[in-house]
Amino acid sequence: MEQHAHTQHDHFDAEASKIGMWLFIFTELLLFGGLFIVYSVYRFMNQEAFHLAAVELNTTIGAINTVLLLVSSMTIAVSTTTLQLKKKGLTLFLLGITVIIGIVFLVNKYFEWGAKIDHGIWPGSEHLKTAFSQGEILFFGLYYVMTGLHALHIIIGLIIILFAAHRVYKGTVNENRAALLENAGLYWHLVDLIWIFLFPLFYLIH
Amino acid sequence: MSNEKHHIVPYRVYALVLVALLALTFASIGIVSIELGKYTVAAALIFATIKSFLVLTYFMHLKYDKPYIKAMVAFVFAIFFVVIVITFLDYLYRT
Repeated sequence: MEQHAHTQHDHFDAEASKIGMWLFIFTELLLFGGLFIVYSVYRFMNQEAFHLAAVELNTTIGAINTVLLLVSSMTIAVSTTTLQLKKKGLTLFLLGITVIIGIVFLVNKYFEWGAKIDHGIWPGSEHLKTAFSQGEILFFGLYYVMTGLHALHIIIGLIIILFAAHRVYKGTVNENRAALLENAGLYWHLVDLIWIFLFPLFYLIH
Repeated sequence: MSNEKHHIVPYRVYALVLVALLALTFASIGIVSIELGKYTVAAALIFATIKSFLVLTYFMHLKYDKPYIKAMVAFVFAIFFVVIVITFLDYLYRT
């Protein structure tokens, strides 16, 4: 390999990193896409039951979580700009805000699921099996699987953001090598993108 | 090495996109509370689609990416759309 003027001589290709991240995002989109198709088919076959079950969900808490995720997507997007502008402190501050918002989202989710479980509604519960119709059981099954898988993505996203923030702090992610932070941003936006569809499908449409 | 500087997106763009996303969120909550009958689902999904388009274009930088990346993303969404259409062609015409 030819010698370069800069000290870092390991291979770095920002464009290849981006393509790799997008390819991964495609697999995630099709994973959730499959679940959205399952949801739409079951909704089509159990319209009354889905209507009844969706009334049980708290639109307010869903709306709050939507706002939280949209704001956190903005803060991590701005952090990629501040990194380019060499404002390291501000970048770390914005990433910190993003992580805090992500944690608040999970806390809301904890209370939301907790309230459902207190009412005896969880996959396979006696109350669900005896007091609800087949369609409602399907709705709550999909609700737990899809919001649960989404919450798992939030947790993974937070770990990736913290990892990227640590690298920004150390200076190995900087204005010349921003791919890690930008890919962390792409992942977080993917999580936001999925929620944009989960919110209306579960919380909004009755 | 492909270390060319890429487009630095101004803060203002992100702020405006966030305002638009929040406005669309509250608009979708508003429109669903009006009784539209069977169009409620369609209305909510149209708002969600516009929001996802904004996120993909600005937050995920597709507006500033090379055409082949845009084409790849568009292709994946097209595949997904085709699968939905085929699935419902099946379910809608089952007897």
